[in-house]
Amino acid sequence: MSLTRRHFLFLLPAAAVAWDALVAGTPEAAPNYNMTDHWWGLLIDVTKCIGCGTCVQACQAENLVPDGYYRTWVERYHVADWSIENPVVDSPDGGKHGFPASKNEGGKNFYVPKMCNHCADSPCTQVCPVGATFVSPDGVVLVDQKYCLGCRYCIQACPYGCRFLNPETNTASKCTLCYHRITKGLTTACCETCPTGTRQLVDLKNPNDPVHKFIETHSVQVLKPHLATKAKAFYYGLDGSVR
Amino acid sequence: MNGIPVEGFMYPNEIELQWSVLIVLYPFLTGLVAGAFILASLERVFRVEEVKPTYRLALLTALAFLLIAPLPLQLHLGHPERSLEMYLTPHTSSAMAMFGFVYMWYLMAVLVLEIWLDYRRDIVILSQTTTGLKRIFYRALTLGSSNISHEALAIDNKTGWIITIIGIPSAFLLHGYVGFIFGSVKANPWWSSPLMPVVFIFSAMVSGIAAVMLVYMFTCRARGEEINMRCVDTVAKYLFYAFLIDFTLEVLDLIHRIYEADESFRSLDFMVHTKLYLPHIVIQLLLGTLTPIILLGITQVLPLSATKRKLTYTIAGCLTLMGIFAMRWNVVIGGQLFSKSFLGYTTYKLRLIDREGLLVAIVLTLLPLFILWALIKLLPPWEDVKGEHLETAYGDD
Repeated sequence: MSLTRRHFLFLLPAAAVAWDALVAGTPEAAPNYNMTDHWWGLLIDVTKCIGCGTCVQACQAENLVPDGYYRTWVERYHVADWSIENPVVDSPDGGKHGFPASKNEGGKNFYVPKMCNHCADSPCTQVCPVGATFVSPDGVVLVDQKYCLGCRYCIQACPYGCRFLNPETNTASKCTLCYHRITKGLTTACCETCPTGTRQLVDLKNPNDPVHKFIETHSVQVLKPHLATKAKAFYYGLDGSVR
Repeated sequence: MNGIPVEGFMYPNEIELQWSVLIVLYPFLTGLVAGAFILASLERVFRVEEVKPTYRLALLTALAFLLIAPLPLQLHLGHPERSLEMYLTPHTSSAMAMFGFVYMWYLMAVLVLEIWLDYRRDIVILSQTTTGLKRIFYRALTLGSSNISHEALAIDNKTGWIITIIGIPSAFLLHGYVGFIFGSVKANPWWSSPLMPVVFIFSAMVSGIAAVMLVYMFTCRARGEEINMRCVDTVAKYLFYAFLIDFTLEVLDLIHRIYEADESFRSLDFMVHTKLYLPHIVIQLLLGTLTPIILLGITQVLPLSATKRKLTYTIAGCLTLMGIFAMRWNVVIGGQLFSKSFLGYTTYKLRLIDREGLLVAIVLTLLPLFILWALIKLLPPWEDVKGEHLETAYGDD
């Protein structure tokens, strides 16, 4: 069959629609991104957090996190006097809408943002029976939603309470460090929207990254270091009462 | 979240419990399997002739429970249609993935093979003496081998003995591994303990022996047969010994936790005295452990009449099963009631009608008993029935 110019013009709109559909189903390209060049982590400067909850809102909007579940949240600590073993902690709705005025008097109050620590030796990836959750070559702990059984062993294994079963997909869900953004040279939604710069993405393979320099030269801490998970969420100004 | 009552502070994703009553049921059922098999091996390997009347019954009980054991897991999975991936593309560092292979090994290479070898003579005879569908069924079970000469049966017996020898560590592995699935979770101090697999093995033995003892006494009663008291006394004696070891291990774990009093202790201690008081202190410890140990101990030292012993064994057996179920409950549910921040506690809401609700749990607990009934009908474990078949078909052969 010979294709005339007239037929070609008729087919053009259909071809355009088909092309759009094809592109829509293709993952967003990040042509200049080389996974092995990066090793991602996060710096959380506790001294800067004001508990506004913008990061929680941004994360939920960016990643379509169902209501009542959290890829990130903010905790408010109150430590009366010297007793760091008995902090009073709250996190209403994950701190998404900020915090009501504290009724606690004296001592100290501070906010602690929490999220997946993207551990290099992560207990959650160790226990996954099918390897649906894994550490990517650039150091991000991810879940393959098409492979996850929904057994929830990983949720039990996470020491930081960062995982949940997404009720819409029936699979494990967690912070992806906004992988779809960082592979395109952007920062995470929570870092992007934090008004005080509390959260900052860090490339631990890039010696020229200023955040990397900060971690190198300041006293930082990870959560639950005794569990030896090689967590990569580094906290600056963390109080000993934080769990 | 969903109106779940919380005390203190929980990480926001921890409020909803992830593992339900079905995951409680799973170690309970596999425990019965392992325990029943170990009881069966007493006769086969250790030549404890007194327990012979329970040998085949124990094997069939183990099979009935093992066939149902994966069902609660399947119902619990978010994507049960992907469960086969555990076998096709297992993640070798995962305790859960490797357990799939332990389960298959135990089911196919140990239990089914041992039952087949033990019953082969009966199956061949039944395939020749029955008619219709039954005949086809038994013929299929012979797997094409109808040789029941003395030489062939001697080979069966020898092979069965070897399989039982392999089966004992396999039964230990089966349930020890269930304990390891919990004991290896370092994020959870209620679970994380090297003693967990050992405690699971001994509690499995306790529950399995108690279950077979009860099933044996019940089936005797149902058939109008006299209970072989020598057999039941011996089974009860082993139950008593296994229980003492199990209790000692649990007390050792408790003393260790109290003395060490690490960062989680205050939180766990509070939980045991509040939310877990009824299932842990009252049901598991007082009713489900100390009472049966005392009852069984009394039968060991006092010359009670057969009727009183039967009654004591029945009460002790039922309390034992309740106690071991409570132990599984306290491990699985208790391990999720406190926050990993050690600052708060959540609540488990067990719904009656739900995919993971009470009704499903009850059905899954009763289902193995129906399967056991069917297995007993198809493969009668009674010695006298076996004798009748042999006499009918082969006379003095």
